[in-house]
Amino acid sequence: MSRPPEQRERFYQTGTLAVGGRLLAEEQRTVQAGESRANAITKGHRACQGCGEALGARYVLDAAMRATGGQVIAANATGCLEVFSTPYPESSWRLPWIHSLFGNAPAVASGVAAALRAKGRASEVRVVGQGGDGGTVDIGMACLSGMFERGDDVLYVCYDNQAYMNTGVQRSAATPPAARTATTEPLGGHPGNELGQGKSAPLIAMAHEIPYVATATVAELRDLEAKVIRAMSFRGPRYLHVLVPCPLGWGSDPAQTIRIARLAKETGLFPVFEALHGRLAAVSQIRRKLPVEEYLRPQRRYAHLFADGGRPDLVAALQAQADRNVQRFGLLAEAEPREGDLLHVLADGERGP
Amino acid sequence: MSRPRPFAITLDVGSSLANRTGDWRTERPVYVRRMPPCNHGCPAREDIQGWLYEAEAGGEGYERAWRLLVADNPFPAIMGCVCYHPCESACNRVQIDEAVGINAVERFLGDEGIRHGWELPQPQPASGRRVLIVGAGPSGLSAAYHLALRGHHVTLCEQAGKPGGMMRYGIPAYRLPRDVLDAEIERILALGVELRCEQRVSDLQEAMREGGYDAAFLALGAHVARHTEIPGGTAAHVINALDLLQDVEAGARPQLGRVVVYGGGDTALDAARTARRLSPQEPVVVYRRTRERMPAHPEELRQAQEEGIAFRWLSTIAAAEGGHLRLEAMELDGDGFPQPTGRYEELDADALVLAIGQDADLALLSGVPGVEVQDHVVKVDEWMMTGAPGVFAGGDMVPAERNVAVAIGHGAAAARCIDGWLRGIEPRAEQEAQLATFEHINPWYYTDAPRTVRPLLADVRRQSTFEEVVKGLDESSALFEARRCLSCGNCFSCDNCFGVCPDNAVLKPGPDGEPYAFDLDYCKGCGMCVTECPCGAIEMVPEEI
Ligand SMILES: Cc1cc2nc3c(=O)[nH]c(=O)nc-3n(C[C@H](O)[C@H](O)[C@H](O)COP(=O)(O)OP(=O)(O)OC[C@H]3O[C@@H](n4cnc5c(N)ncnc54)[C@H](O)[C@@H]3O)c2cc1C
Ligand SMILES: Cc1ncc(C[n+]2csc(CCOP(=O)(O)OP(=O)(O)O)c2C)c(N)n1
Ligand code: SF4
Ligand code: SF4
Ligand SMILES: [Mg+2]
Repeated sequence: MSRPPEQRERFYQTGTLAVGGRLLAEEQRTVQAGESRANAITKGHRACQGCGEALGARYVLDAAMRATGGQVIAANATGCLEVFSTPYPESSWRLPWIHSLFGNAPAVASGVAAALRAKGRASEVRVVGQGGDGGTVDIGMACLSGMFERGDDVLYVCYDNQAYMNTGVQRSAATPPAARTATTEPLGGHPGNELGQGKSAPLIAMAHEIPYVATATVAELRDLEAKVIRAMSFRGPRYLHVLVPCPLGWGSDPAQTIRIARLAKETGLFPVFEALHGRLAAVSQIRRKLPVEEYLRPQRRYAHLFADGGRPDLVAALQAQADRNVQRFGLLAEAEPREGDLLHVLADGERGP
Repeated sequence: MSRPRPFAITLDVGSSLANRTGDWRTERPVYVRRMPPCNHGCPAREDIQGWLYEAEAGGEGYERAWRLLVADNPFPAIMGCVCYHPCESACNRVQIDEAVGINAVERFLGDEGIRHGWELPQPQPASGRRVLIVGAGPSGLSAAYHLALRGHHVTLCEQAGKPGGMMRYGIPAYRLPRDVLDAEIERILALGVELRCEQRVSDLQEAMREGGYDAAFLALGAHVARHTEIPGGTAAHVINALDLLQDVEAGARPQLGRVVVYGGGDTALDAARTARRLSPQEPVVVYRRTRERMPAHPEELRQAQEEGIAFRWLSTIAAAEGGHLRLEAMELDGDGFPQPTGRYEELDADALVLAIGQDADLALLSGVPGVEVQDHVVKVDEWMMTGAPGVFAGGDMVPAERNVAVAIGHGAAAARCIDGWLRGIEPRAEQEAQLATFEHINPWYYTDAPRTVRPLLADVRRQSTFEEVVKGLDESSALFEARRCLSCGNCFSCDNCFGVCPDNAVLKPGPDGEPYAFDLDYCKGCGMCVTECPCGAIEMVPEEI
């Protein structure tokens, strides 16, 4: 249960945590460090300042392009990523890219994969399906599950910004407890999302026992790239769930997007792991565990937890959730990871990431 | 007239490059060079971060590092032995694990320079101007070096038999090996500096007139040992710390018996440690204040104690009579001054070594109009010039901390100002860059040094300041140590900004190590590059709207 060896260079100045560096050999740098990176989504897109989703999509697709020698077709669900990249007639995409509907991106991706198979080109050209958390965890779930169950050769990537951002920050099943959205506000005793609701798409994907499931954040580029490249080494359905902070919907400083993603992982609120055929295979350990408050405070969607006496009970509940993740996934070096069977992880109760 | 517009879906797909998102921006990122705290703390004004950056490359980077280093300070190996390294006390890395071992890397580079025979830069063409420097200590030598580089003819007058000043006649050889000292001085003389040893200047005005000098730099040091009246002192064997150190340097090995050293500075400790090497009896240092108030450097104190030197804090010597000293216990008053208590005790002593401070011998300045002397030191302005036009001074003889790095810094600063003076250029204060504090650092990106390497470094560092057995860092430790530098406030080409921009608005126009640039046509001004720059080399500035 340890990270892949590419994270262990003898370069102490920044470890290998930085994007690249003049002292690293070409192969020790990230894909993003290279001028030859594909820039699969190029500049001029209309994402907000500091958008984590735009960044995450470039990270993922450039790595997929590297892994396949540039032979990738992308099928995109409706959502910010689609809207900000393709205001007709402009497109930011520098790879073959198709958009159909909000809820059917996995099915479109399956169809493209089938077409490639029919044309005998499936061995060279690979398919990536992608969408937001709404398009994936909510409305696209049926298509996604079908894609998994049929064994279609698609890497599906969910860019999780934890709400329906494109239409003005409505709650999704990936919205975390206590986070305020436009549709949680009128309900309940506090403006945030109910506790005890929602679902974990990565754990659902694991239940399909597909070859590869992983979570990642935009804060750990090397980890993310390694996972994309690893995913592309498998055939069949694969699922990657990337946490991408949204400054607009989270009420955070655009300059802090990466830092906030990092805090999500370092507090334990967002476990970063890998699973093979339904079994938990590796976790990214927390470097310095921090209290959840560090993560919550810089986001206005959690402001009600701290204003006017605040809601220490809710903060404590979120802390308990983080602590439970640490235990469940073995996120701290000393915590014994619960290696093994998916059923084991699921039987443990509630939602995961 | 207007043609019918085509129905939308017949338009060709265009690239979003047509959409210049740069005009969303209210702030723009700019690359800056902040002042690294190590550079700021270095009295010799070395560009430490700069030469560590070069050294980090290893291999040929060492020579580039050495060249950058000697551009400011021609004595890297000497500094590696004797400097009190205030740079390390200022180093931001302390807040992550421990300070970068700057001094040890400097020593390594200095040794490499000597080993490979790297040469100092070539002087500019002769200016035809002549400068007299009095005193070939670190300050005089530093000024000579920087003036020679600027093409001026330098005559260096030194009253002693050899150059080096207190580096030779004060600092003992177990801390500064003489082959290191000689090698680094030799390189300066090779630039064409005219050194006249055993030539004491006793009348400055006359010397300048006779030699036809256009300017002078005085670097006399402080060599006159202060004295204190001790009743009965004449009967006992009383010697001066500086005389003792000089005699030992000249090869003498006096038999002193039980030695008591009086004083609390570095000179006292060097005298005691030298006495320790001369006689089997353990010397005792008597100091009138507490250990905390001792001016000696903690590191030296620690080493002295490790060598078995004993201390009597809060004590003065009231009287000396053959074989005995009478000590009086002191008490600190509210202001921290020691006050007598009237309680006495006896201490056996065959020799009493006085190390209670030194003053400058300023006789050569008598009759020079304008020169102001206060508390035995000569006043200089911010351009290192005394009250007499064209007469500059630095090092131990001016009011400042007394150490080698300060003396070298003064020499370099004076050379710069003398050069300006000779060329008739008005001196101007350089605008200093903003300090790169730890708040500018994004510590996430720096990993802790692995535990296996740290004890090794600690050992080597200790050795490099205690040079009985001269040992610097080996190559791999030096490289490791250099790479621990955070590069505070200065880009070190980690590619983070290039990688983290959601708008692909950071460009790499040149090869590795060349600066990056912002594509302001597309930069939306989110500031992510600023947050994720590990070392604080980017800043947001408001756009003019
Ligand atoms: C025992 C001892 C240990 C020390 N240890 C350290 C240490 O570990 N680290 C450190 O940084 N500093 C140390 N110092 C302090 C350091 O040596 C001095 O601050 C430094 O040498 C001052 O440099 P300078 O060039 O101003 O003077 P000096 O080094 O004193 O040089 C002045 C030179 O001028 C010559 N001179 C004086 N008058 C005349 C004249 N009229 N004509 C011709 N020549 C003349 C002198 O002979 C001498 O060579 C130590 C000092 C002592 C005494
Ligand atoms: C069937 C259908 N319902 C609703 C919409 C409106 N709609 C477009 S994008 C979107 C939300 C997208 O949210 P998410 O998938 O999380 O992506 P994000 O914008 O947050 O990246 C919605 C509700 C639609 N396009 N189609
Ligand atoms: S709303 Fe959020 S996800 Fe959408 S473009 Fe803006 S920052 Fe990105
Ligand atoms: S980390 Fe490097 S640049 Fe920063 S203070 Fe220390 S030595 Fe200087
Ligand atoms: Mg969303």
